[in-house]
Amino acid sequence: MKEFTPAPDSASIVSVTDRVKPVALGMGVTSVHFLGPRAAFVGGEENVALVDDKGEITTVAVHGGGILSTASDGKRLVMGGDDGKVVSLDAKGEVTLLATDPKRRWIDAVALHADGAFAWSAGKTATVKSGKNEEKSLEVPSTVGGLAFAPKGLRLAIAHYNGATLWFPNMEGSAEFLPWAGSHLGVTFSPDNKFLVTTMHEAALHGWRLADNRHMRMTGYPGRVRSMSWSAGGKGLATSGADTVIIWPFGSKDGPMGKEPAMLAPLQARVSVVACHPKNDILAAGYSDGTVLMVRLEDGAEILVRRNGTPPVAAIAWNAKGTLLAFADENGDGGLLEL
Amino acid sequence: MSEATAQKIPVTVLTGYLGAGKTTLLNRILSENHGKKYAVIVNEFGEIGIDNDLIIGADEEVFEMNNGCICCTVRGDLVRIMDGLMKRKGKFDAIIVETTGLADPAPVAQTFFVDEDVQKNARLDAVVTVADAKWLSDRLKDAPEAKNQIAFADVIVLNKTDLVTKGELAEVEARIRAINPYAKLHRTERCSVALADVLDRGAFDLDRILDIEPDFLTADDHDHDHDHHHHDHDHHHHDHGHGLKHYHDEDMQSLSLKTDKPLDPNVFMPWLQNLVQVEGGKILRSKGILAFHDDDDRYVFQGVHMMLEGNHQRKWKDGEPRESRLVFIGRELPEKAIREGFESCIVS
Repeated sequence: MKEFTPAPDSASIVSVTDRVKPVALGMGVTSVHFLGPRAAFVGGEENVALVDDKGEITTVAVHGGGILSTASDGKRLVMGGDDGKVVSLDAKGEVTLLATDPKRRWIDAVALHADGAFAWSAGKTATVKSGKNEEKSLEVPSTVGGLAFAPKGLRLAIAHYNGATLWFPNMEGSAEFLPWAGSHLGVTFSPDNKFLVTTMHEAALHGWRLADNRHMRMTGYPGRVRSMSWSAGGKGLATSGADTVIIWPFGSKDGPMGKEPAMLAPLQARVSVVACHPKNDILAAGYSDGTVLMVRLEDGAEILVRRNGTPPVAAIAWNAKGTLLAFADENGDGGLLEL
Repeated sequence: MSEATAQKIPVTVLTGYLGAGKTTLLNRILSENHGKKYAVIVNEFGEIGIDNDLIIGADEEVFEMNNGCICCTVRGDLVRIMDGLMKRKGKFDAIIVETTGLADPAPVAQTFFVDEDVQKNARLDAVVTVADAKWLSDRLKDAPEAKNQIAFADVIVLNKTDLVTKGELAEVEARIRAINPYAKLHRTERCSVALADVLDRGAFDLDRILDIEPDFLTADDHDHDHDHHHHDHDHHHHDHGHGLKHYHDEDMQSLSLKTDKPLDPNVFMPWLQNLVQVEGGKILRSKGILAFHDDDDRYVFQGVHMMLEGNHQRKWKDGEPRESRLVFIGRELPEKAIREGFESCIVS
């Protein structure tokens, strides 16, 4: 945080609100990702707004209906829609149709692998397409809640009811079921490939240590966890769902087993989205009252980025270098902060 | 209706046994010139096709909540679909959920109570059950699903009345009333019911739990006594062919409690909560208007299985009788224990 020379806003908190470039997106926003130098704000339906560092907006039509799921590797953004299509958008703003569900079912989840493979789900079926290889599909026992690629190898985690399934798409019969009762929605691998964590329909996370499939229950949230982000280096998993940012420790071989999470940046509002800085031990968090804070993981020191008094913050992301922060509330009132 | 309630998107649950006429009613709702757009969640595509509306396929995936409540099941697919639909707010005015003929309405209803995000955006408006006048009596004997759907209903569309005699119609209505005397009942041919009678009913709106008197058949002009326990008049019903017979359904009943003496909230609340905890599996629906001791406000509540919601509603009006009334609809209800428990809540 050395590059910062923030001006004091009030006695209690340091503020950089005057350095935020406001972006009026004019549409409901559900997520944001960086594509090259531009921030890609994903609308609730039909469009993505590409915003450069000067705040100039270019709107690109991507779907013929609601946009249900997104994933990005910084080079392209893959999206699934209620039009049954999987499309990608690249940094130049070009849209490519990747797949169409033959029955035009909703594309509920998408995932993107570092090597270019991508996956999507419609109903109970998850499908992977890697390079020039043909599509490989796996049907799980119930509707897919979320998808995530493992950081190593071509391995896909599929969250569904009563557990998650791990699958090597190029290995016949490789699906391994990790049971845990309840409905699993989001899913993520730890960056060291040792743990799998799901968000549940209940206000809880569930985790498995992949070496021995030992369970990790992460409970105590007042609301459902919708946003998870691994800290730089993967030592902590920051989550939304409470009135503080909850960060579970994953630095040791036991992960968070038998440990308390860190609780930072308490407000009188619920954390709605979190994004950890890609290089430093800093995170950005958006709240249900519209507040955006930057928080230092070491000591919980806070910097105010956006004041409260608006609809919930729905999207937040850093660029790959960690020099730009983008965010927007549900109504499309967004901002860019350059560090 | 409160402002927050009014902004939420109303959801109508359409149930009915196979072949009763659900799809006919759905097509009527969608094709009528009402200027509204619906998002319709169906189980089978193909039978309805109205370009203007959003049609979404569902899988009826029911799962148990991990909250230790065995009857607390929700429809996971609905949670997911509602999530997706909320991204398209403004594109539709209301949602209709069509269930399969064999579905239990409870998990659908409970989804709207249990899920925080669903609850924030949508409100359950009513459970509408389409029943086949010709076959319902048989189905009530052999299909527990059909009985559940009748017991759960806020509105019953008794369809295909042109296919039965007057006597048969009276019989099937009496069988329905034995299970659920509180639902609004409409006799129809080809589901020709006024849309205002099935949509925007506010049946789960606490502010509209006003009239929990039984909905007796308006078309029944026979001047009989409505008191079930008035044995003197019983012979009337048997003498007159068009009279209303009073059936007793063997496993599904409704139980109504009433007192004009004030209730002690410190006794009543724990009693009610305990009752639905212990007997929630048997109690399908419950509602009540309550007059508490030393309290100038009416208290209203409603419940689905173990889930209860309640609130102070408004001041009792001058001259309005301060009566407490409760209704339970359920299977093998322990009537004696419930009555005694209720009596013990009265301030002596």
